[in-house]
Amino acid sequence: MVDTRTEWATFSSLMAILAAIALAILGITLGVGSPSAGMAFHGWVLAAASAAAAYYILTQINAVSAPRSDELVYNDGPIKFATLAAVFWGIAGFVVGDIIAWQLAFPVLNLDLPWTSFGRLRPLHTSAVIFAFGGNVLIATSFYVVQRTCHARLAGVWSPWFVVAGYNLFILIAGTGYLLGFTDGKEYAEPVWYADLWLTVVWVAYLLVFLATLWRRKEPHIYVANWFYLAFIVTVAMLHIVNNLAVPVSLWEPKSYIVFAGVQDAMTQWWYGHNAVGFFLTAGFLGIMYYFIPKRVERPVYSYRLSIVHFWSLIFLYIWAGPHHLHYTALPDWTQNLGMTFSIILWMPSWGGMINGLMTLSGAWDKLRTDPVVRLLVVSVAFYGMATFEGPVMSIKAVNSLSHYTDWTIGHVHSGALGWVAMVSFGAIYCLVPWLWKRKALYSIRLVEWHFWISTIGILLYITSMWVSGIMQGLMWRAYDSLGFLSYSFVETVEAMHPYYVIRAIGGLLFVFGSFIMVYNIWRTIRGDESVDAADQPRVAAPPEMRLKPAE
Amino acid sequence: MKKEIDQVTGTETTGHVWDDDLRELNKPLPRWWLYTLYATIIWAIGYWIAYPAWPLVNDYTKGVLGVSQRATVTQKIEDAKKAQSSSWALLESTPLDQVSGNPELLRFASASGKAAFGENCAPCHGRGAQGFTGYPNLNDDDWIWGGTIDDIQTTILYGIRTDHEDARSSEMPKFGADEILDRKQIGDVTEYVLSLSNLSTNAESSARGKELYAAQCVACHGENGKGNTELGAPNIADSIWLYGSKKEDIMQTVHTGRGGKMPAWESRLDPLTVKALAVYVHSLGGGK
Repeated sequence: MVDTRTEWATFSSLMAILAAIALAILGITLGVGSPSAGMAFHGWVLAAASAAAAYYILTQINAVSAPRSDELVYNDGPIKFATLAAVFWGIAGFVVGDIIAWQLAFPVLNLDLPWTSFGRLRPLHTSAVIFAFGGNVLIATSFYVVQRTCHARLAGVWSPWFVVAGYNLFILIAGTGYLLGFTDGKEYAEPVWYADLWLTVVWVAYLLVFLATLWRRKEPHIYVANWFYLAFIVTVAMLHIVNNLAVPVSLWEPKSYIVFAGVQDAMTQWWYGHNAVGFFLTAGFLGIMYYFIPKRVERPVYSYRLSIVHFWSLIFLYIWAGPHHLHYTALPDWTQNLGMTFSIILWMPSWGGMINGLMTLSGAWDKLRTDPVVRLLVVSVAFYGMATFEGPVMSIKAVNSLSHYTDWTIGHVHSGALGWVAMVSFGAIYCLVPWLWKRKALYSIRLVEWHFWISTIGILLYITSMWVSGIMQGLMWRAYDSLGFLSYSFVETVEAMHPYYVIRAIGGLLFVFGSFIMVYNIWRTIRGDESVDAADQPRVAAPPEMRLKPAE
Repeated sequence: MKKEIDQVTGTETTGHVWDDDLRELNKPLPRWWLYTLYATIIWAIGYWIAYPAWPLVNDYTKGVLGVSQRATVTQKIEDAKKAQSSSWALLESTPLDQVSGNPELLRFASASGKAAFGENCAPCHGRGAQGFTGYPNLNDDDWIWGGTIDDIQTTILYGIRTDHEDARSSEMPKFGADEILDRKQIGDVTEYVLSLSNLSTNAESSARGKELYAAQCVACHGENGKGNTELGAPNIADSIWLYGSKKEDIMQTVHTGRGGKMPAWESRLDPLTVKALAVYVHSLGGGK
């Protein structure tokens, strides 16, 4: 038995080295051959990353092949990597986001350089926060949760490492591509064709690792968090592939043409865009919620039945809702109306997750007062509830005719992105770091308290300023005088938004400050430092094997 | 599976346990949640019956209300055009200089001109036509190329110093850059120009500059510095300064000759909008 496993591990390492060498050769070929300087640069990045991977595997070949006892040991290395990557990209994404917020208020901050212009930094911001920060949080937590709830080690010897390293290589290629001016021109799907192809390979590996781990599970039932993770992984694969079906002009050039034309292309894009929200930012993060809230508050999930019904209704309905992004456009009436009605029906299925998250605290509401990590998790669910109510409201055509193309949309997105996605991620990261690095507690729970309040105030400033700015903007655009002429010019509406842009940028700055506090706290925790408040932290702050038994 | 009772809530669990302590309560769906879900579904079905909603093989369900977004917007645009059509026709048939004689037409043309001004002219001339350095204020009666309503329309149509054959154009010499005057002479002539509006602080220099002015500037700007709208030579004896009234601003003007441009709008705006714009700008206060 041990022999087979050793042989298998050695074989895996050799295959991984061969694959890395093949990728390195591909990278060198692109580096030497591509007439596009940017694509050649990406070739060299791939070559360097593959060479480093091959070297690393070579140094570890004895370690992974060493005979291991049959005792279950979780594979936490890739999770640690993804957790740190999430924090790193999170900071990068938040900072760039606040920079572009200041650019909108003071355009001179574009610096008149192509690399620092709003047009290139905006996709850098959105991709960094959604895919780099959010994606790494999802990969880290899903790998953590699937092992614990299946009572099985992550499948594969090098595959989990390939998933995390490959995913971050994708981010590097996509992000540097934006700065160099490479884009497919599709919102949230800007990476060029070869980055898309690479992500497809990584994502399929992710799906296989996840499925194989589920397959190995020692538990009779699959825990609810894993349903959401699996729905997220499968659907994102489908969305990514379909929305990026493109023909490159040449294998040596980053430029490609999408296979869809006109309104079909627009519809495909928003089918993708809305379900990136639905499956990446909602389903995936509900997976996080379903593990970390019950774990942190030590209470059962509120309702099993609700989790089943809201899971299936959510994934069935979300897929239909995309057309509400194209109200009053060339999209046919029937498509718009269908998208709108499904968006309305989606309200309760979305709220099912909120109810299950909040009501899991029944019997433990006091923890909201004593544990700021719980507060981060619970407030994130409250923001989730608010955003998933606001979404259906904004999908109603009459409301959309006012809100569309205004800052209201930006505010809505950020109440979901900052309030829900980032807050639940922060909560999960504060749980994960001591659990993964085997520390008795976080360095400081008071710093978590500071992080919570500073970022909450920042989010509220952001959302409220965008509500005011967006509604004002929409009303100014549609104002006519008695003779039928527009009351305001476009420039006047931009001028009117300036103070709200400044408030929004200040809110963003607070959010950035909060995240720096988190970085400091995590760094000190990983170093093994303890502050005076270690004793104030709940017993669940420690990893399971280091916890005191609950007081009877 | 052994079902347990959760001590805190007194509710049964499903009996599943994961990762040592993850459990689920066996709670029913919240009633209000379920009924709200049903209500949204019923509302959606009603909406599908009333409005276009479902695709068919070669067509789609039209809905019993027969509403079509495209028909609605076409109708709205037609109604809006119809409401304005008589006023536009009147504006077209009224000669430009007689528009102000009809208060109702003047109000219409000004409102139209104001909207067009906000979209097209405000980026340079400012929302209130107050102008910026290098972009003239259109509220005062200081006109570089003439302030009659016909002058204004000509300026809008063909622009200033454009490639259009009807555009008015002139070029002030680059006295410094082309080495017509040296630096000291430019300083002197600037002192003299400043003296025309009582801003000079150096009588000696100004006196020297007066001679230079007579030799170099008088042909366009006139003996008293009152300018010449035929040549686009601004009045330099008043207190309105396009590029600033500080000594270094004026020296810079003498050095480079400036020569600001305005685009021609003939090919971008329809003739009636230009007409309305001329009426609006003329009505701002300084029209002659």
